[in-house]
Amino acid sequence: MMHLILLASFVTMNWHVLPLALVVSLVYSATRHEEAGDILQHSVRLFLMIMGFVLVVFAILLVASWRL
Amino acid sequence: MQSETIPLKDPPMAALFAWLIPGLGHLYQGRVGKAILFAVCIWTTFLYGMYLGNGGIVFFRWDAGEQRWAYICQVGMGLPALPALLQSWRVSHNRNPILRGYEKPPDDNELNRLNELGRYFELGTVYTMIAGLLNVLVVFDAYNGPAYLEDEEDEEIETASKLERASVKT
Repeated sequence: MMHLILLASFVTMNWHVLPLALVVSLVYSATRHEEAGDILQHSVRLFLMIMGFVLVVFAILLVASWRL
Repeated sequence: MQSETIPLKDPPMAALFAWLIPGLGHLYQGRVGKAILFAVCIWTTFLYGMYLGNGGIVFFRWDAGEQRWAYICQVGMGLPALPALLQSWRVSHNRNPILRGYEKPPDDNELNRLNELGRYFELGTVYTMIAGLLNVLVVFDAYNGPAYLEDEEDEEIETASKLERASVKT
């Protein structure tokens, strides 16, 4: 039950990472390409990578705090 | 690497415009789509950060009570963040801040009130820092054009062709 509460608080306070990841992906990709198609493709890949990394770190922290 | 097909006009001027007002450098170059993209992304990030921090998170203060390292990143935003330097100078020389106190360095009481925002103070700081850092990338793009990944792929193809020719000769 405590872990559900932790998960809920993580989601509510850390949804802010979503727009940051989106903006970073778009701007970084746009500085690597000039064509809109290339920019979008690269930014989607980068966004998924960033969110994947965030989720992995969250999972590790969740497991590490399981017994605390 | 400067692209020959992308009109960079006067790159140093474009870079300066890009730094001063995010998106303006690319507009100056006629790269309207990227200008809009950069302007929307960076301005939104910066303004949302300011909103989270109650408008008081972009300032410059460097003394025993507070060392505002975040400003080093925030200054990448250009004009929206520059008043902090002027305000800091004025306050340190016992002059009243101008611009209705916009980006004036908070005293200890004001700083405590800002810290009462809790994680929103930190979050707002992070948003404005990221906006500034992204604008640094944009400045490079305005100055030098995009860092094409396709060029790296072309180099790999060229290298592979050279190896193939070398192996055929032997």
